[in-house]
Amino acid sequence: MSTPAIETTDLTKTFTSGKTATTAVDRLILTIEPGELVALLGPNGAGKSTTLKMITTLLTPTSGTVRLLGHDVAKRPAEARRHFGFVGQGNSAGSLQHGRDEVVVQALAHGLGRRQAAARADEIIDALGLADFAHRPVERLSGGQRRRFDIAIGLVNRPEVLFLDEPSTGLDPASRAHLQGIIRELHEETGATMVLTTHYLDEADAPSQRVVIIDHGRVIADDTAGALKAGLGDLVTLHFDDVCRAAAAADALRRQHDRVEEAGTSVGVRTDDGPTAGLTILDGLRDAGLQIAGIETSHASLDDVFLHLTGRSLRESDSETGESEDVDPDSPDDNRPDPTEPNPTEEVAA
Amino acid sequence: MSIPTIARHTSIVFSREVRPLLRSPFQMVIAVVQPIMFLALFAPLLPGGATAETLQWFVPGMVAMSCLAAATMTGSNLMLEMATGSHERLLVSPLTRSSLLLGRALKEVVPVIAQALVLVLLTWPFGFAIHPLGILGGVALLALFSVGVGALSFALGLASKHQDWLFWTVQQTLLFPVLLSAGVLLPLDGAPTWLRWLSQANPMTHVVAATRELFAGRYPADTLLAGLAGAVVVLVIGLAVGIRRMQRAD
Ligand SMILES: Nc1ncnc2c1ncn2[C@@H]1O[C@H](COP(=O)(O)OP(=O)(O)OP(=O)(O)O)[C@@H](O)[C@H]1O
Ligand SMILES: [Mg+2]
Repeated sequence: MSTPAIETTDLTKTFTSGKTATTAVDRLILTIEPGELVALLGPNGAGKSTTLKMITTLLTPTSGTVRLLGHDVAKRPAEARRHFGFVGQGNSAGSLQHGRDEVVVQALAHGLGRRQAAARADEIIDALGLADFAHRPVERLSGGQRRRFDIAIGLVNRPEVLFLDEPSTGLDPASRAHLQGIIRELHEETGATMVLTTHYLDEADAPSQRVVIIDHGRVIADDTAGALKAGLGDLVTLHFDDVCRAAAAADALRRQHDRVEEAGTSVGVRTDDGPTAGLTILDGLRDAGLQIAGIETSHASLDDVFLHLTGRSLRESDSETGESEDVDPDSPDDNRPDPTEPNPTEEVAA
Repeated sequence: MSIPTIARHTSIVFSREVRPLLRSPFQMVIAVVQPIMFLALFAPLLPGGATAETLQWFVPGMVAMSCLAAATMTGSNLMLEMATGSHERLLVSPLTRSSLLLGRALKEVVPVIAQALVLVLLTWPFGFAIHPLGILGGVALLALFSVGVGALSFALGLASKHQDWLFWTVQQTLLFPVLLSAGVLLPLDGAPTWLRWLSQANPMTHVVAATRELFAGRYPADTLLAGLAGAVVVLVIGLAVGIRRMQRAD
């Protein structure tokens, strides 16, 4: 078996300030194989950044271990630092510095000679379409341009593992899509292991994308986006004119299906194949003499997966200040009709 | 970690830090306005008035004051970089911890040298005597002292992460007592005993005294040695505290 790119065992970080202790990361276990592209998904305060900081030697774990390409990160931080690139949640390039200079500095820091460092910097700057902004103070660049310089800095040493902490936060949808494309392309071209954190659902939502969902510092799900959603199945939502009919329909449906939820005048049924099941349900209810006012079917979204696992919506907990446990008071259970759109694209407060 | 590696890494950090300064040299030179104002305001107050002799006494003190003020800013520049991600990104690079500190502290010396030259040239027509070798020695002594102060400021910056007020309170509270008790602005000849004791305990007193002798082209061994000792004490304490602080993750 090859050495995993990253292997954490019972990784824990507890911050203590005064009398309060916050366990940001709680016995986290995670193994990532070389060459994988993994998205760590979780609401604000889930412990994503803290996890990355422990893996990248920026924070000392309270307990547990991290191995990066076999190196024990806590015991040999200097060795580990040679092998990875890190794009933090903030901007890597100093605001008064020119973008290109910063890329060169990082290459020099990794031991390249002057000429080699300059050549490598120019190569990556061209590849990221930054040549026109290379000689401008970073404070005068747009958010998207700055972020691309951060990636250039993280990649200039051709790292075996690249960490990206919320690479696209604060960008407009077009720049986000652009950056996402760049990251996927770089992953294919370099074959490097890439670990990115995000709380934008769509960024983790390619079918084969491995998604690790983190909540309260623990891994609560770890699979491909496709498998996570398939596990939850499709949702058939039926609408009725009144609550009585909805209740009667729910009773009838429970004889054939295990996952039936009522919410007011609507009934949701989770099934493997929504459209086909929808037709059968329609026929069955009609035969039973129950008039249906409307029907819709939808595939599960990652938000549904999160909601199913935690009882909270990822997007709701995101727009809250932090780790709010609140759920929309109108729908106390996870049975409210789901949004039909599987890939919500609206901006979320960062 | 080997000395050549630390030297190479320090030069990478130093060049990085110096680059924005060199791009706006005017900004660097304009900083002499403050010492010049002090010169205009204080020199007439000195015993003997604004003569060539008082200039000879006052100018080295002003250069030392610029050094101290600039070096104490090392930590605030660090805090700016900690607020964005650029400090973090240097921390995850293979650069040694001590070179991140040394490179930054050394950088603060650059504007000081520029300012020293400007001050000397500006006061030359008014009778300030120029002794190139002495000035070189004086600036080198102040550079040692500045790197030590810079390292202390760096440690203070690290300790003040997320609480800028702490940095500024300590920096402002210490700056003027250190300057005044070192006899930079006014001579302490008529000072009460306690103040003289304080002054003797202040390493900067000895650094400034030695700088004055050097700038005047005199080389009395005891004063110069005391000055060197003062600078080295600050340098060693600064580096010890700064590097210790830097090597502790979070
Ligand atoms: N230096 C610190 N001191 C004290 N508490 C901290 C510190 N850093 C993080 N925390 C706490 O640890 C928890 C996890 O924070 P972390 O930054 O890892 O979350 P995150 O998943 O990256 O969130 P976001 O999506 O907002 O970036 C939060 O409750 C946070 O307040
Ligand atoms: Mg974060």
